[in-house]
Formats: sequence, structure tokens, C-alpha cells
Amino acid sequence: MRQWALLIGGSVVAMAVALAVGPAAIDLTAVWNGLVGTGDEATVAIVRELRMPRVVLAFLVGGCLAVTGAALQALVRNPLADPYLLGLSGGAGLGAVGAIALGIGGAWTVPAAALVGALLAILLVYRVALVAGSVLDARVLLLGGVVVGAFAASVMGAIMALSPAPEVRNALMWLLGSFDRASWRAVAIFAVYASLPLAVLYTLSRTLDLIALGEEPARFLGANVERTKRVLYVTASLLTAVAVAIAGIIGFVGLVVPHAIRMVWGHLHRDLLPAAFLLGGILLVIADALARTAFAPLELPVGVVTALIGVPIFVLLVRRWAS
Amino acid sequence: MGELIFEARGVDFRYPGATDDAVRGVSLEVRPGELVGLVGPNGSGKTTLLRLLLGVLQPSAGAIVAGGQRAAAWDQRDLARFVGVVVQREEPVFPLKVRQAVLFGRYAHMGPLGAPTAHDLSAVQRALDRCDVAHLADRWVSTLSGGEWQRVRVARALAQEPEALVLDEATANLDMRHEMEVYELVAELVQHDGLAGVLVTHHVNLAARYVDRILVMDHGVTRAIGAPREVLTRAVLEDVFEWPVAVQEWDGVPQFVALKKRR
Repeated sequence: MRQWALLIGGSVVAMAVALAVGPAAIDLTAVWNGLVGTGDEATVAIVRELRMPRVVLAFLVGGCLAVTGAALQALVRNPLADPYLLGLSGGAGLGAVGAIALGIGGAWTVPAAALVGALLAILLVYRVALVAGSVLDARVLLLGGVVVGAFAASVMGAIMALSPAPEVRNALMWLLGSFDRASWRAVAIFAVYASLPLAVLYTLSRTLDLIALGEEPARFLGANVERTKRVLYVTASLLTAVAVAIAGIIGFVGLVVPHAIRMVWGHLHRDLLPAAFLLGGILLVIADALARTAFAPLELPVGVVTALIGVPIFVLLVRRWAS
Repeated sequence: MGELIFEARGVDFRYPGATDDAVRGVSLEVRPGELVGLVGPNGSGKTTLLRLLLGVLQPSAGAIVAGGQRAAAWDQRDLARFVGVVVQREEPVFPLKVRQAVLFGRYAHMGPLGAPTAHDLSAVQRALDRCDVAHLADRWVSTLSGGEWQRVRVARALAQEPEALVLDEATANLDMRHEMEVYELVAELVQHDGLAGVLVTHHVNLAARYVDRILVMDHGVTRAIGAPREVLTRAVLEDVFEWPVAVQEWDGVPQFVALKKRR
């Protein structure tokens, strides 16, 4: 209970601080007044229309990435899996950029194109991993993910370099991870795409507990392994796709957060998934606040900030995992 | 309680791309309160037969019935309530407490989200007690010895409240005492609790002492089937394992010693 109170309290504090900081610093009382609409007009507008959607969106995206990472880790039985390292984010980014370059990049179609890219990426990663042998080796799988992610990144680079359309050329900032186009509409689009896969993953909590034991034990404990795997590919791809379409490629949240949660909550997904959602939200809200303020008035891509946090932790995790 | 738990009739199976049948013309019946051992050299088809009995593989000819239903037609959840399986190798990647691991045996009885019921919790406790691992309940699985982990996995299978227990070389890498403990436990579960038991093992002597019936497989076919003292003759063992042996009776069952070829 205390841990949950800490996470929920942490979410509120992180969001409040993120609302307060920015080009125009607003103290917390004024943030509250802006939220409830009793402050001066400019503050109300900044808090409600500029910062609030951005903070909410960062929280939701961070939560979804963390949940996706946790589910992928159970699926491939490896604590180093996440949507970024498994190449899903790269595939989703390529799908999104491709759609924009083809001139079909609407607010609702980009996530769909990103989904196609993410699904193709995970299929390709599995194909690559199976080249090494008929039994899936989690290490080869991760390697395949990194390779497919790198491949997707270079194709994206080629499209951006060659495309005559300015919106494609401008996609670079967004692809590195950015919430600067956040709006309530983006929040709504994200919520529509993400709520069903999130709910599905939550109802699969116990099956994920079993899958994490390995396919054979899971099967004999009552899990429908093949169906669950298919559902996991699709839900993980969908969550990654909508996150990438809205906020670009943000790595390491899905890696670091579930690991931290496992240390406190243990490995049962009924607690792990919601706790990871909250901590993922907190982490990305803070990362975005840092991205906005560290070099103000210039903005860092938030994916750069999460990488700066995530890479050292990744190295630590590899060391622990290897020993 | 005359009904069969497992019944295989004239079963053939060939892996895709293989030139020979992995299992050919095998028949087997397993009843409640009966412990059946499957022995034979590597690649003789023991594990394949087990997978057929459990509906993981579908026979290309013949029929497999488990609990009155075609084995391959079982829903996974229903099957998990009918038979508890301890597979050969299982290494958890993520940290887990013993009590949580045993609770996994209840998942086939539980809904997707609700908390475990009082019955679930008492089934876990009974299974922990029965397998003498209750004192380990709050330990991390990764800190257990091989024998303790194996008993915990049997406890997890028991928590499924199954009618049958299947062990696939579940004692393969245990030392003598731990191996004996698992055999004693399984034999008691079969005799006292009326479970049906099927175990695949390389340890023919141990199987001879604990099982009611033994199926000796060789190159996918039944070489012999029956009570250990009828089946485990020198002729059969030497033929199947292609090695000279001496057979002696001990405790009323045949026990064999592999001979040195040159002295």
C-alpha cells in the first residue's frame, strides 16, 4: 500500500512540477489557479492549453512504453527487452515517416502506418533470430532487434534526405522524441489507440506470469501460449506505434522502469504492469521537463534525455545479468 | 475407479522432415492409483510419447485419449486441471518466491484478475506441506537447491489439483538423496492420493523399484511392457541398451549393473 501511495503521489508531484517549469516559470499556487481557471487569462491558457496536454501526453506515453517493455520482457524471457531494443520503435518510426512521405500522414493514419511498421519489424526480428537456430535465443533476438532498428533508422534517414516534402525533412526533431506538438487532440488520439491494448495486456497479467517461466511450463500450467504470443505481438506493436506516432522514438523507458518495479513489487504482472505504467509516466514527465528547461529556450529531444538516463542503467543491468 | 487416465492405441508419430517414425504402434493404458515408467535409450521416443499423451503432438495414426477426451482436443486450461506436468528443465529468469511459484499451479482455476480464493490458498498450503517445502515458502526460488526446486515444482503440479502427474526426467540432475526424495514423494502421491503417475527416466533401477508397470521403448517401438519383474530381463536390457549387463533381484525387483567390456 505504501508503495502504491508513493507512486501515485510521485505522479502528482511530477506533473505539478512539470506544469510549473518552462519558459514562463509559474509557481505552484498559480499552476493550481490556472488549472481551476481562477488565475489570470495568460496563466490559464499556458497551463490548460500548452503545458497540461503536454504533461498528460508525456505521462501516458511513458506509461505505455513501460508497460510494453514489461510485457516484452516476459514474452522473450529477458529483462533487457524493450520496444526500442527489439526494433519495434524503429519499425514504427519508419512506418510513420513512410506514410508522411507518401502524403497520407494524417493525425489518425500515422499511428496506423506506424503499427504496420512495428508489426513488420517484430516479424523480421523473429525471422532473423530464428536464422541462428530453431530454438529462440533471447540474446540473438535482442541482437536482431538492434539490427532491425538500425536498418529502419537508415531507411528513415534516406527518406528524410531525399524527400522533397518539408514536413518529412522536419520529421527529424519529432523522431528523436518530442512532445512539442502536444495538444488535447493528440491526447485524445493517443487514448483511443492505447486504451484497448492496455486493457488487454492487464487481463493477460497472469498468463504473462506463466509465459515468463518458459513456453513449456506455461503451457502445462494452462496458458494458451501461441494465442498469447500473437496477442502480445499485436498489443506491443500497437502501443509502441501510437507512442512513436505521437512522440517519436523514445528509448529505454520500457527497459529501465519495469526493472526498477520488479525490485520492489516483484515479478507478478497484476501489480507489475500498473506500477510500471505509473513509474513510466513519472519518468517521462520528468525527462520532458528536463528536455524543455535544461537549455531553454532551446529544447532537447526527450529521447536524448531518456537515452542519457537509460544507457548507463542498461550497462549496469547487463553487468548484473551477465554475472 | 476403472476408467483410464491415459490411453494410447497403436500410436504412430513422425516429426516433420524425419525419415523414420519417432513412435510406431505404441499402446499404453494408465489408470488412477498406478505409476507407470517409460524407459529406453536416448532417442527411443519416450519424451515424444509423453508429448503425445499430453496433446502437444498429434499422432499421425492411432488414438490418444486423456480423461475420456481426445488428447489434442483439450483446452490448455482444462488440461492443466487434469494433469500436472513437471518438465525436464525450467530455469526462471525473473525472481520469484516459492509460494508465488506454487500459486501458479492455481492459475488454471483462477479468473484473469481476481484475488486468489480461500480454496486457492489452502490448495497451495496443502501442496507445500505435502511436498515438505512449506518451510521454504518465503524463500526466493533462485536460492533453492536442485532438489528443493524440484519438490517445489511437484508442489506446484499438486496445487493444480490434478488427477494425473507426469514427470519428464525430473530427477535427471539431482544427487542421490534428492532423487530418492522425489521418487518417494511421487510414489506416495500415487498410492495414497490415488493420482495416476507417468514418469520418464533414465534410471531403470529406480523405476523398477517404484513403478507398477514399465514400458521399455527402443527406436520408437514397444520393446516390452508389464510389471518390472516380468519386463526387465537381461535379454531385454542388453538388446535395448546395446551393452552387456548383469541382472539380480533386490527387494523383489530386478536391478541391473552395466558390465565392463574389458577387465
